[in-house]
Amino acid sequence: MSARVNLTLNINERDYAVSVEPRHTLADVIRDQCGLTGTHLGCEHGVCGSCTILLDGEPVRACLIFAVQCDGQEIRTVEGLSEGNELHPLQASFRDNHALQCGYCTPGFLMLAAGILERNPSISDEDLRDVLSSNICRCTGYANIVKAVRAAVAEMGRR
Amino acid sequence: MPEGKVLGKPVTRLEDQPLVTGRGRYVGDINFPHQLHMRIARSVHAHAEIRSIDTSRARALPGVFAVWTSDDIPEVGPVDFRADRASEVLKPYRQPVLARGRVRYVGDPVVAIFAEDAYVAEDAAELVDIDYSPLRIIVSADEDPGEFEPGRTTEAAFLTHTFGDVDGAFAKAHKVIELDLHTGRHSGVPLETRGAIGRYDAATDILELHGAAKVLHRNRDTLVNMLGCNPDQLHVHESHVGGGFGIRGELYPEDVLVLVAAKRLGRPVKWIEDRYEHLMCANQGREQHHLARVAVDKDGRILAMEDKIFHDQGGYVRTHGYNVANRTMCMLTGLYDVPAFRAVTHYRLTNKTPCATYRAPGRFESTFVRERLVDAVAAELGLDPVEIRRRNLIRPEQMPYKLEFDEANVENLEFDSGDYPLLFKKALDMFGWNTLQEELKRRRAAGEMIGAGMGLFLEEGGRGPSDGARIAVDSRGGVEVVTGGASLGQGFETAMAQICAEALGVDYRKIRVIHGQTDRIPYGIGAHATRATVLTGGAVHVTALAVRAKALDMASELLQLPVDSLEIVDGTVRQRSNPRGPTITLGDIAKRLAPGSKVLGGRQPGLWAEEFFNPKDTVFPYGVHLAVVKVDPGTGGVTVERFMVAYDVGRAVNPAMVEGQLVGGCLQGLGGALYEEFIYDDQGQPLAATLADYLLPTLGEAPDIEVLITEDAPSPLNPLGIKSAGEGGINGVGAAIAGAIGDAIGRPGAIRRMPVTPQRLRDILRADGR
Ligand code: FES
Ligand code: FES
Repeated sequence: MSARVNLTLNINERDYAVSVEPRHTLADVIRDQCGLTGTHLGCEHGVCGSCTILLDGEPVRACLIFAVQCDGQEIRTVEGLSEGNELHPLQASFRDNHALQCGYCTPGFLMLAAGILERNPSISDEDLRDVLSSNICRCTGYANIVKAVRAAVAEMGRR
Repeated sequence: MPEGKVLGKPVTRLEDQPLVTGRGRYVGDINFPHQLHMRIARSVHAHAEIRSIDTSRARALPGVFAVWTSDDIPEVGPVDFRADRASEVLKPYRQPVLARGRVRYVGDPVVAIFAEDAYVAEDAAELVDIDYSPLRIIVSADEDPGEFEPGRTTEAAFLTHTFGDVDGAFAKAHKVIELDLHTGRHSGVPLETRGAIGRYDAATDILELHGAAKVLHRNRDTLVNMLGCNPDQLHVHESHVGGGFGIRGELYPEDVLVLVAAKRLGRPVKWIEDRYEHLMCANQGREQHHLARVAVDKDGRILAMEDKIFHDQGGYVRTHGYNVANRTMCMLTGLYDVPAFRAVTHYRLTNKTPCATYRAPGRFESTFVRERLVDAVAAELGLDPVEIRRRNLIRPEQMPYKLEFDEANVENLEFDSGDYPLLFKKALDMFGWNTLQEELKRRRAAGEMIGAGMGLFLEEGGRGPSDGARIAVDSRGGVEVVTGGASLGQGFETAMAQICAEALGVDYRKIRVIHGQTDRIPYGIGAHATRATVLTGGAVHVTALAVRAKALDMASELLQLPVDSLEIVDGTVRQRSNPRGPTITLGDIAKRLAPGSKVLGGRQPGLWAEEFFNPKDTVFPYGVHLAVVKVDPGTGGVTVERFMVAYDVGRAVNPAMVEGQLVGGCLQGLGGALYEEFIYDDQGQPLAATLADYLLPTLGEAPDIEVLITEDAPSPLNPLGIKSAGEGGINGVGAAIAGAIGDAIGRPGAIRRMPVTPQRLRDILRADGR
């Protein structure tokens, strides 16, 4: 075991002062020290994407980075997606299109989609499918996830 | 069925708000002050004697609180079967919570470590030294049985199902066709791994298990027997569950360990499985070898079916005993009218992960076998695969259709209702089967390897015996529905709220549905084998009607109007013919029914009711799967171009959720048919112990699945006609895909083994010189 390191994580525009071991993953620290348990762990080796968060705007797998690598960077998790009681269009669309069953994969898909759409709001259907195929859902068969993201793209375009 | 206001509508789910905002509460999200973290040191051998265990280095690690081997918990027996599955002959094969003397699969729990921190617990597990002496390793149920323990072989049971004159039928058959078939080892692999937290409150003498799922009351009953306490001293709590699929929520050694440890160590004990453990330790299923044959007359009518099954159970017998083998046999004839039948199963233990139920247990397997046989008959007799099925389907006028087995200990089946030829026809029409054949012919002529296949199947659900519900309306009109059901992500709360809302006359969004809390209701059926909607839904329906009757009785007195002139709309009672006249809300009625109320009269206080629903028998939904696949002859890769599921659900409580279940199940089935397999080497080492090796389908592999939900045959066995939908999506997928691939490569009987991986398909093509 190695000495602890003090650092500040900026999550959803709020600073969290934490003391971590270098081997602590970002996902574990977000969950266990910052209490933001919406970021889920499905495999802890980068395959399933349930732990997807935004790091300086880019979707990344929080199980594959160490917290010490993220000092001072801007982190966004699913808890930061809605504004107060107002759901983000992606969240509302997932609900309206029955794009979740158990909901375990949902935060990862939401953050993945949010990251992509912020970068490229006019993404083609084919590219969208391609990106969404990097996360795993075991319940829905994906059809409604694709439908929900497309509907949210349309909704966001209208706003 | 009359059109409902909310029942039968694709309303949005009550569950979704917390889940889309990251405020769900899965077991990993739950923490208690001063909790310890448990980690299990597991066997790295598939079969070995434990010579010695040295835990001194693990104990010495700072932060480690306790380290246990089986010697530390001599009083704890093996994980028991569910009360209704007990079978004396299987008892010696149950799994101890920590291995005693022998390990029987890679992943078998040997040592439990309890530490202040999950990382430290994991470090300590690596410091445990276990000395093994290897024993003979059995990796296939085809091998000769070995020794389970002195005086006991690994063939734990030999099972038989028979009816009719099988030998006579084979003797007079026009043709007999035999197939040698394998279904590979799969599992549910929910995205959330297992987890359990034990907590003991000495002040009240109550032990709590958090993270339980699926069958909470039954697990509580098993646990109280194992732990020697009373049901009111053990509270089992469900939180959000990240998918179940039959495997999550069964009792496992770790559930027992956290409870024993919480009590003995005096601190809450949390255990969260990692993915590697999950793929080695959680229940697996499906692995069977079938030597199947069928006797037919010259028109392709089935005279008899016979099957010899080698069932690979893995290292121990888990909670379901030999139930999966039994389900395989009794559902083998499916929706065909088969006059004579004999199946035998060699139920054998091997040195691999133990097995139990995975979505459509025994049915995915038997549908694959049955439909392979039927396709082989069609090919042999030169008949169209549609025509041969039509000739053999049970006809609607034969309903209810009985399967009566000769063996006294085998349960007889009675298919409650159904029009199988009608659904078959509807499915083929919607799929455009006939025009499709033309198109396939054209594309084949152009050099494509493309084909279509089908799987027809029977499901079962809603098995009793009984479930209850309690519904209470509070003084502000809030409605609480307390059930003993469980939710694994399938939308249970929404479905129950819809049923209650329809019967009571309230907005479904104002209803709070409680499930999975054994301290809230004494009995509960849980959510297994597609029971939830039928049984708990039935109970909620009758209970809501009782509350309604009580509300109307009071309202009639208060409003001075006859009961049968009243209706309840959005929680307000009014006169049907005079909606603008006098009204009273359910909340106000509840106030008038409070204890001590002047108008209470002789009534029981409170606006609430508790009722039970006892269905007469199991319901049998049925379905058709159709597939079009394209094979790449170079790589052996298979692309699923089209897939359709047609399913008669009797009645859909929420069509969007039914469709979601069917589509999700289908894709899971495609995983089993084409990609997923737990492979072991000849030393019993698992070769698919990460998600990079056990290949779950992603969006890249997912076709647009077409869905046809019909309600042509509502069940006569429950008041809503529901047959439920949990397992119909997956049941026939293997069969349909195998048929389609056989058709594509021009060898209808070629596919004998699931999953059809590119390598296996290349081998088949290569053997053909292609
Ligand atoms: S948990 Fe990070 S990718 Fe699976
Ligand atoms: S909704 Fe369960 S894993 Fe996606």
